[in-house]
Amino acid sequence: MTAGPSFLGYARADGRAGVRNHVLVVPTVICAAVVAERIAAAIAPVGAALPHLAGCGQLGPDMNMTHDTLAAYTRHPNVGAVIVVALGCEQVVAQQLADSARQAGKPAQIVSIQGEGGTVRATAHGIEIARAMAADAGRAERVRFPASSLVLSVKCGGSDYTSGLASNPVVGRVADRLVDLGGAVVLGEIAEIMGAEHLLAERATDPAAATQLLRVVSRVEAEAMALGLDIRGTQPAPGNIRGGLTTIEEKSLGATHKAGERTRLVDVVAYAAPIGKPGLTVMDTPGLDVESVTGMVGGGAQVVIFTTGLGTPTGNPIAPVIKVTGNARTATTMADNTDIDVSGVLADAESFESAAERVFGDLIEVSSGRPTAAERLGHREFAIHRRNPTF
Amino acid sequence: MNAAIVISAADNVATALEPLDSGQTVRINEITLTIAEAIPRGHKVALRAIRAGERVIKYGSPIGLASSDIAPGAHVHVHNVASTRGRGDLSSAAMSREE
Repeated sequence: MTAGPSFLGYARADGRAGVRNHVLVVPTVICAAVVAERIAAAIAPVGAALPHLAGCGQLGPDMNMTHDTLAAYTRHPNVGAVIVVALGCEQVVAQQLADSARQAGKPAQIVSIQGEGGTVRATAHGIEIARAMAADAGRAERVRFPASSLVLSVKCGGSDYTSGLASNPVVGRVADRLVDLGGAVVLGEIAEIMGAEHLLAERATDPAAATQLLRVVSRVEAEAMALGLDIRGTQPAPGNIRGGLTTIEEKSLGATHKAGERTRLVDVVAYAAPIGKPGLTVMDTPGLDVESVTGMVGGGAQVVIFTTGLGTPTGNPIAPVIKVTGNARTATTMADNTDIDVSGVLADAESFESAAERVFGDLIEVSSGRPTAAERLGHREFAIHRRNPTF
Repeated sequence: MNAAIVISAADNVATALEPLDSGQTVRINEITLTIAEAIPRGHKVALRAIRAGERVIKYGSPIGLASSDIAPGAHVHVHNVASTRGRGDLSSAAMSREE
């Protein structure tokens, strides 16, 4: 029996804990996406497809990012078994993805559309495999894990003034508590660290992590500068500005609160790269919500806590996304997308500590299997970050 | 509930938690402020005079530079605050001036 907060998860061969037990259906290339989605739909909600726009026509780092992200999902602790759907002539190699899953101890099979002889045969064969995998998945039992087994992704989207004042500070207290317990927290969205990087760098456990953070933020700023435009065209977004956010610095200072007030920065990792250390990791992701969540889950985050002021539906194919808002009106108008309303902290109706306690409680319950609003609504957004043009 | 909130003692702006009307007097921490113009909920109001070029401070850190003089009680937003980050527009303007 473990002391302290714990959850019921799935024990994986690599030692990690899954909070879901999905059968993952991975298309190697956009051309296989529809077949993959149909196979996954036949075993919903256990089936999870990863429809994406790439897998061919890519070169160098862009190609690697697509392959590495898909491979990371095949190894993910929230995945119990993997079906790779290939077309047959693409760049992403189905065998490598299947091998990646098997190395992580997961059963994996390949269905090739050209090999099977078309959409109908490939879909039928895939569904046959998927039903057997889903039956096995249904027999798996959850076992108790300490909260320290969690890698928590923190994200904000559709931000307004309440994000920096209410929901992000509440979630920051959850991040502090999880890291105190020995868990890991990952923060992405480099553009939304711009203006607050000094605060995170001061909390680095070693100078290398601080230097790497400043280097990554400088690179993203230089990329924006190279366009010869004001980043205010997109950061803050038009809705952020209507909501009262004036500059990217203001948005960033509010946004970084969700990564905790005393968490120590231990690592800076590439997009979808493994999050291996307890403490706070920063991942090099864009600010665009779905690309960012896709990358952080790829890095191993089993759960996402997503704060929003204006409300947003974003989910993920394999990880539960918990929506927290500090805007009382959004909690009402976007009720079906909202898991937790913490607007009481701005009305002096609830303390930050009490709100954080509720969010932490929900984190544990969701990790033990309770569906989130995004899961109930079937939100499974997935988008791999692209670095180069398609050839 | 307070009409507006100041996060750090170093801040020279407050955030309105409800819509503020022109001429309204609000007490924010130790400061009594007469609102100079309508401030939408969630938008910022100047706690004191901020001169053009001076840093606008929220969360105890700079969020940009005042692009014009800002009077106490005035609305502080994109019309009078400029970001100092990711300003490719300024570097390209500077380049075209040099040409």
